[in-house]
This record gives sequence, structure tokens and C-alpha cells, in this order.
Amino acid sequence: MYVAVKGGERAIAKSHELLARARRGDPGVPELSIAQIKEQLRLAVARVMSEGSLYDEDLAALAIKQAAGDLIEAIFLLRAYRTTLPRLSESQPLATGRMRLARRISAAFKDLPGGQVLGPTYDYTQRLLDFSLMDEVSETMPAGAASAEAFAEPFAESIVAPGIGELLGREGLLEAALPKADDPAPYDLTRDPLLFPVDRATRLQNLARGDEGFLLAMGYSTQRGYSTTHPFAGEIRHGAVPVEVFVDELGFAVEVGEIELTECQLITDFEGSATQAPQFTRGYGLAFGHAERKAMAMALVDRALRAREFGEQINLRDHPANNEEFVLSHSDNVEASGFVQHLKLPHYVDFQSNLDLLRRLRTEWEAARAAANREAA
Amino acid sequence: MTDIADRRTALGILARSPAGLLAERMARIETVPAYTWLRKPETGTLMLRGRIGGDGELFNVGEATLTRCTLRTDDGTVGVGTVLGRNAAKAEQVALCDALLQRPATAASVLSEVIGPLAEAEYERQAREAAEVAASRVDFFTLVRGED
Repeated sequence: MYVAVKGGERAIAKSHELLARARRGDPGVPELSIAQIKEQLRLAVARVMSEGSLYDEDLAALAIKQAAGDLIEAIFLLRAYRTTLPRLSESQPLATGRMRLARRISAAFKDLPGGQVLGPTYDYTQRLLDFSLMDEVSETMPAGAASAEAFAEPFAESIVAPGIGELLGREGLLEAALPKADDPAPYDLTRDPLLFPVDRATRLQNLARGDEGFLLAMGYSTQRGYSTTHPFAGEIRHGAVPVEVFVDELGFAVEVGEIELTECQLITDFEGSATQAPQFTRGYGLAFGHAERKAMAMALVDRALRAREFGEQINLRDHPANNEEFVLSHSDNVEASGFVQHLKLPHYVDFQSNLDLLRRLRTEWEAARAAANREAA
Repeated sequence: MTDIADRRTALGILARSPAGLLAERMARIETVPAYTWLRKPETGTLMLRGRIGGDGELFNVGEATLTRCTLRTDDGTVGVGTVLGRNAAKAEQVALCDALLQRPATAASVLSEVIGPLAEAEYERQAREAAEVAASRVDFFTLVRGED
């Protein structure tokens, strides 16, 4: 049990001052603006929005600045701010099939309808440090990115393509994803506690806000043999999706803006069972902003957590990625960080009582040993 | 401009437009009627719902900030503004535009000074982005292996 302590107010106030100075760094170096963080650290902003579970680029950039680049601290700040806001509404279901694509690839379907576009990706870079970026003055935009004139067609229709749900559909070789009959509102982890066992919708809400590093390691473990899934990247897409909200005063739904999303559909062989024919099954990942690693890790873990649904051989002790309680209870980095870091708080009373107990045990042990030595002699 | 489809389209264009551009266009509207708040601008969250697999059961993806307001102009027209983000001024301008579009006296000027130019700017923005994306369209070929 943690026993509260008092004192240290003056030292804490001074620590806050030092923190502010450490965050700012050398005042001779220009201060970072929120716009700079938003524009030039977009992937950090995406991660903070996903795991902070709040889509707001300005607030995520502010959190990154305030946390001096500690993304888990920034996620904590965003989550804390979120709790101060009232819930106004729920969106209409996000139509990822209507996404204006900035990137779309498939490692399974070579010629999928709508085609593949690489968009901005680090995938084909050589991971060599680009020393020209050190020199801010000479940093120039590639002509193509700066203006569309460099392209044969300076203007084009936005690329919109249906998801992979329709592919292989006629043969029934790809698992269908259908809404439930009455399309019920999903359980909401921001309002109700995580209670096991949970349905897939609740698992996905947990994974969507889960720590990227944790999900990456869990997903990786399934590939290395601590589970039985061998997936293909059916589709990975990134781009802008409109958000619609039903407005009571109007009596109909309107678009309230657009958000950027990354969606991942992994497909995995399923051998079939007595009641189900063999087919490809799906794992699903969805993240705010451009976040392919996160979306893929989420989809891997989603599929791993469906093992029981398909009657697959699972061993919950040896295959942690199949263990719903293990995965979902440890995915949240705000909770994890809080519990690990609370060890820094003064535990003087606990420690003193443990010390007293240890001293008594030691005295008893020495007395017992002396007695045993006497008997042996 | 009372048709629901038109109103929906206009509200979508207004909401998707950058706040700075909207403010710039709104500054061109000369006669703005007096109005009172039915609901002052308030910021809260919107729970974003997705579908599993893109087309299946609903699940909660995460929230987004949302600002909304409702106003009534001096002739009783009600305007509604609901936009992603925390920009109260933008929500107010959207609501005002929504009201002005429903008044025969002001609809034409709002269409030509605000909605039209914003739609055009959006089209250009998206067309330029699309051209950049289309340039990275890729066709992968599988190589024939030697065994046959």
C-alpha cells in the first residue's frame, strides 16, 4: 500500500522552473513553433493522436512541444486534456472506401481495382543519413513536391478505390465483414471498464489506442512462432476520409471536415473446420494520420486474438499474442508508464516496514543456524 | 437554396475549407444581419466510429475535437455550424453562412463570394495533390523463374 508523503513544495516549484528551461534548451536557438511540429514532425503527431486517442493536430503538436519530444508523455498530456471535454456526438461510420488515397499498396493482389500508388514512403529509401538536411539554408524541395508543374498532368482526379472486401467475394474465399443485424452501438472503453472476455469491437478500440512498440513486439512474436498466423498484406492505404455527423437541428448528417487515416487489411489462411469452409480470414488495423507500422501491428494482433474464434491450436501460456487478457491489459502506455514510474515516488513507509521484517527474519535465521551448528558439533 | 442536398453540400464545403480562407471570403459579405445564439460555440469531442474490416461491425476508433453552434438571424432564420477542431470563429462563420444561404436576399452573394470560390479552391487543392500521388502509381511485375 502506498502511504502519502508531504513536503518538498519549494523543491518541486524549482524543479518546474528547471524543466521549463531544459525544455526550451539554448535560448540562442529559435523556438519551435506548433506549425513547424505539425508540418515537419507529422509522423510524431500521428502517433500522439492515435495513442492519445484524440484527433487534433494542433493539440498533439503542442503536447509534443511541451513534452520536449517524449511521445509517451505527450500522449499522456493529450489523454488528460481529453477528459476535460464533453462528449458532443458520435460520427457516422467512417467510410474508408471513400478515402482520397495518398498511398495504397497490396502485397497479395498485384492488379487490384484502382491500382497501387506508392505515395510518400520510407520503404524504398536506403536509410543513409542525408547530411544535406543539416544545412537548413540549402534545404530545397524536390521540384515535384513543390509544384505540380513538374508532372505531365498538373491536375488529376483524386484516386478513390474500393477496399479489398469485394475481392474474391464471389468465390467466398475471403471472409466477409458484415455489420450486425441491428448495427448496435459498440461498447465504449472511455466510458466502461475493460471486462473479459471482450468482443472484437472492444479489442479494436483498445488496440487503436495501444502502444505502437508493444503491439509491434506482440505482432512480431506471432511471426517468429509464438502463435500460428502467417498473413499477407492484403491492402495498406493512407489518405483523407470525410467525417460525417448527424446534426439534430438539421435532421440530417453533414460533413464536418476530413481526417487522415491509415488502414491495414491482413489476410491469413484458415484451414476450415467442421462448420466453416477453408478461406482467407482478416485482421484489421486502423490508425490516425500516416502510421503504417502501427496499423500493421494492430492487424496482426487483431488476427492473433481471433485464434479461439477459428478453433486454432492456442497455448495461452506460451503464446502471449493469443492471450486477450495479457495483450489488452498491457497495451496502454499511459497506464503502463504510470504504474512503472510510480516506483519513483517516496515509498519510505513501505520500505521501512520491509526493512524491519527483513531484520527480524535475519535474526531468526541466524539463531536457527547457530542452533543447528551446536547440534552438529 | 433550401434544398437539403444543397445545404448539405454547402455545409461540407464550408467545414472542409481552411479557417483562414473562409474568414477571407466571409469578409467580402457586406450586409451581415444581426443574430442571437441558440447555442453558443462549444468545443467537445466526437467519437469516431469505424467498421471492422472497413465494412463490418461498428467499433470506436478514437475521438476528435469538434466545435458546434447554432444561431438565429433577425428574421428568424436558423444557421448551424459544426466543424472538426476547436475553432469557434470558424464554427460561427459556417453557421452564419448557413443562415445567409437560406435567405433569398443574401443567398446569391454568399454562393458567388464564399461557397463558389471555396469549392474551387478545394478542387484545385485536391487536384494538385492527386497529380502528385498519381505520379507514384506503380505496376509490379512478377519475374518468370528459370525452372519452366
